[in-house]
Amino acid sequence: MPAVQETIDRVRSIDLDQYKYGFETTIEMEKSEKGISEDVVRFISAKKNEPEWMLAWRLDAYKRWQTMQEPDWARVAYDKVDYNNIYYYAAPKRPAAMSLDEIDPEILKTYEKLGIPLREVEVLEGIAPERRVAVDAVFDSVSVATTFKAELSKAGVIFMPISEAIREYPDLVKKYLGSVVPVTDNFFATLNSAVFSDGSFVYIPPGVRCPMELSTYFRINERDTGQFERTLIIADKGSYVSYLEGCTAPKRDDNQLHAAVVELVALDDAEIKYSTVQNWYPGDNEGKGGIYNFVTKRGDCRGARSKISWTQVETGSAITWKYPSCILRGDESRGEFYSIAVSNGMQQVDSGTKMIHLGKNTTSRIISKGISAGRSQNTYRGLVSAHKKASNARNFTNCDSLLIGDQCGAHTVPYIESKNASAVFEHEATTSKISEDQKFYCLQRGLSEEEATALIVNGFVRDVLQQLPMEFAVEAQKLISISLEGSVG
Amino acid sequence: MLEIKNLVVQIEDNRILNGLNLTVNDGEVAAIMGPNGSGKSTLSYVIAGKEDYEVLDGEILLDGQNVLKMGADERAAAGVFLAFQYPLEIPGVGTMTFLKACLNAQRRARGEAEIATPDFIRKVNAAAEKLEINKDMLRRALNVGFSGGEKKRMEILQMALLQPKFCVLDETDSGLDIDALRIVSEGVNALRAEGRSFLVITHYQRLLDYIVPDTVHVMSKGLIVKTGGKELAKELEASGYAEYRTNEAA
Amino acid sequence: MADIANLRTSAETGLSTLFETARKGFGSDKAIDREEAFRFFEAAGLPSRRVEAFKYTDLRAAMQEAAPPADAPSLDVAKAAVASATAFSAIEAVRLTFVNGHLIRELSDLDRVPAGVSVSPLNDALSQGDARLKNLAPVAQARENPIYQLNTAFLADGALISVEAGAKVETPLHLRFVGAGTEGFSTATRVLVEVADGAEFTLLETHEGPNGLTYQPNDALDVHVGKHAAFRHARINREGDKAIALSTISVRLDDESRLETVNLVTGAVLSRHQIFMHVAGENVNAVVNGATMLGNGQLADSTLLADHAAVGGVGREMFKTVIDGDATGVFQGKIIVRQMAQKTDGKMKSDCLLLSDEGQMMNKPELEIFADDVACGHGATCGAPDQDLLFYLMARGLPKPIAESLLVQAFVGEAVESVTHEGARAALIGEIEAWLASRG
Repeated sequence: MPAVQETIDRVRSIDLDQYKYGFETTIEMEKSEKGISEDVVRFISAKKNEPEWMLAWRLDAYKRWQTMQEPDWARVAYDKVDYNNIYYYAAPKRPAAMSLDEIDPEILKTYEKLGIPLREVEVLEGIAPERRVAVDAVFDSVSVATTFKAELSKAGVIFMPISEAIREYPDLVKKYLGSVVPVTDNFFATLNSAVFSDGSFVYIPPGVRCPMELSTYFRINERDTGQFERTLIIADKGSYVSYLEGCTAPKRDDNQLHAAVVELVALDDAEIKYSTVQNWYPGDNEGKGGIYNFVTKRGDCRGARSKISWTQVETGSAITWKYPSCILRGDESRGEFYSIAVSNGMQQVDSGTKMIHLGKNTTSRIISKGISAGRSQNTYRGLVSAHKKASNARNFTNCDSLLIGDQCGAHTVPYIESKNASAVFEHEATTSKISEDQKFYCLQRGLSEEEATALIVNGFVRDVLQQLPMEFAVEAQKLISISLEGSVG
Repeated sequence: MLEIKNLVVQIEDNRILNGLNLTVNDGEVAAIMGPNGSGKSTLSYVIAGKEDYEVLDGEILLDGQNVLKMGADERAAAGVFLAFQYPLEIPGVGTMTFLKACLNAQRRARGEAEIATPDFIRKVNAAAEKLEINKDMLRRALNVGFSGGEKKRMEILQMALLQPKFCVLDETDSGLDIDALRIVSEGVNALRAEGRSFLVITHYQRLLDYIVPDTVHVMSKGLIVKTGGKELAKELEASGYAEYRTNEAA
Repeated sequence: MADIANLRTSAETGLSTLFETARKGFGSDKAIDREEAFRFFEAAGLPSRRVEAFKYTDLRAAMQEAAPPADAPSLDVAKAAVASATAFSAIEAVRLTFVNGHLIRELSDLDRVPAGVSVSPLNDALSQGDARLKNLAPVAQARENPIYQLNTAFLADGALISVEAGAKVETPLHLRFVGAGTEGFSTATRVLVEVADGAEFTLLETHEGPNGLTYQPNDALDVHVGKHAAFRHARINREGDKAIALSTISVRLDDESRLETVNLVTGAVLSRHQIFMHVAGENVNAVVNGATMLGNGQLADSTLLADHAAVGGVGREMFKTVIDGDATGVFQGKIIVRQMAQKTDGKMKSDCLLLSDEGQMMNKPELEIFADDVACGHGATCGAPDQDLLFYLMARGLPKPIAESLLVQAFVGEAVESVTHEGARAALIGEIEAWLASRG
């Protein structure tokens, strides 16, 4: 409850310059040559000391990518990316840190400014609050620190940069990498497969409940740099993990590309909860600059009774192209998608999910809340399908859109495909604006127009916010209010 | 306390109030009665500052200050409270969250410190108990799924919490059974005090058996056409509104 | 990929050849630009599933050969065909009969149209340069549609119907389309209906043909509903079991007008019914319904575009689909609310009952909203009949097939309940019952 008050305070305290994560860190970087080529792919692989099989995998992806075309079916319009005008690899010049003390203090400062607790020491010594989150921080192309590694390994949990995992756990990586999002899944995923530089790897052994929340913070710092992280999470039989992801970038006039791939695998009785607060730089009010967020996220409920739950709060990026999905392969598996997508200014969001029911008695649930303001366009695009053998599949979908102002658009494009008579699908969608009567009621009780709007919007997204871990929910609520700043009145 | 002078109001080219004059003194409970369509609800909305209404002439003075230039939230902070005939539901917004946000917004507007959470909870619980509002209602989203009677009690709870100067009760008795009417009225009566006035708008005399007014005004065609003591309500009960009725069907 | 799209199918090549032949027979009229329509069609070809609007109805794959345009039948053939056409036949109406896409004047009531209505055969209108022809093709999105383009390109016959301002016409006009013969053929008909300000008019439309005949009817209805006018329309598709039936309604609605249209489908191996609704005037009220009942081998596609471009429109769209055997149901519905169309109230619903394990339903309900003060929504459901209800009815002594029929009838019946014309409503319910009875 105090979160609402904080939201209101926060809205008040903001000046016109809304994006507080827009600072730049000055640090010496090592980059690949500009553009993409086989040499660049080899360079990245060599930088990571990768085994031969990994290089071969990348080169294969690169070859296939050259024959592919950028998708154009989404409801987004942007100047095409010049793939030869991007650095595909940028890393701080210092050698990889072995402990936090070795990390460049500038980077540590950056993460402090972002409010991300890298200093596990403080937590362990009881200086910082007791809540413990293990963090993997990715700065441009490399992972700079993974905290709580020792404690996690006691539980048998592997949580490390994927570049390390490729060397240390090649069998696990080989077995699962690309098994959910195939190399040629789509243009951006294939590009990622060729040039991904780092990301997180998580393995939870059978029967283990991960003792703390795992988290990755992504930061794009360097100019003209693309970020292509790759995350792979495997929850073995009967295990549980909750994973949080946050993203920020400096303000720049030009657009930057972020093309990540996230793969989740849940085996029998395992559960993965994946939460994202995406706050990449959205560009200015005229649509200049901002991140192109072209992300492929997919979870495979491979085992019986497994469960994967996606929760996302999307407030940033100039363009969002993102559909975290679930393949419900195991019998009685369950997929969930909870989303809040806020767009303001000139932002364009095309986001949603796919729930693909393959196994028997599988269930899925989709709750999507879109809020459009300014001159933005906000699209929910989703697929729910039940295949022939998915008897008794169940889906419930609810997509609500809220429009603030008459210059924006809110769109809903669901595909609902049922090939099984015993499957039951229910879908409902509404589009409306904030009711004038509700607003007057709040004003009559003394709330200002902005406070009233924030309050009603918070009510609108509440079902989704409740799915987030507490601290994330508070942060998300602040972000939503900040994103809508200036849209009222 | 409140003085309305020559108030002329229209909505979408329909003239509703036609130069209405009304004075409510400090500590007074004034009732406005009248047939449907006489402009009673319009008056309540215009006092509270709803935007759909166009004020063509006149002024509304609260302690000498014209409130017509003020926004609805500023009027609320200045002490105007409207108990809605149809309180709004706000999905997803917890009742406690809402109450605290309102209370603190008003306090800030008046330059007062925000209320401490334990004090706030104590206050709400005390008021809720008097109005027979159970804890479960306070945990739910504001007015969502409340019965008509529950919504009206929630309005009075807000009134008790916000401690306004000038309270407008718009058809508060509509949709209430006899027990709810008693509870709500007791809640209102407990708030009667020096420095606080009430304008009780009602179609029926029944409410005025419970909230006994000092003055009764009869409204018709956007004007106050008759003023008297509480006995006037009884007269109306007996004779009906026939002589005040507008030509159009209500 | 571009080169794959350029590979022309046998049907596409066939259509080009047929058009070359057909163009020699076209008059010099300027009202219909068949050449342009065919050019646009030819450039894109038959739509495949790669074309978003045809994702679930792959015409390129389904239409293997292009059937030649049908010749006008002899009167005897026409009479025999009409004798077996029974849809809406019990309703008192003025009838225009089309056999194989040609207006049969001898079997039409051209000389007894009701007061306030005038009917001209399309070919008369073309040769006389009728001024009303400029009102053909009133909706832009329809003109960009390949099915509608084909209709324009090969347009062979049809009618112009005008209803005078203020005329409240009680007797419905019945467009009776019948297919006949043993050789495959295609048709292209267009009927233009103009309901002038304040008028009220009911149009019935039936499409029937023999089983076993591979024919390809393509019919289009262009409607303009004037201010304060009402247009009511009920359509039955009971085409033969080998027909590929394509149809388009494009309707423009002026201020305060009312539209009521329902399409009931039981026929054709593949059908696609497209509705392009353009809300051009304020405070329009539109009810657009569909009832589809399919069995083995059938696919039926209902595609709706409701484009709100004016203030205060109310739209209610309800589509009910019942799938038996290995049939496929498709519903694509899109509500667009443009920025000027504040206060639009649009509700669209598509419900499907799957009666067999092999059937499938594809639903794509879309909202595209650019105005903020709106209340729009859509809903879609899909599933087997409610087992609890079924059990309840069986516990009351009803055998399972009867209980199921009752449930299905109640389910589909909702889509025809709103039909104003009593006789048409009763006949539609009769169609539903007949389909259920034939299921056994």
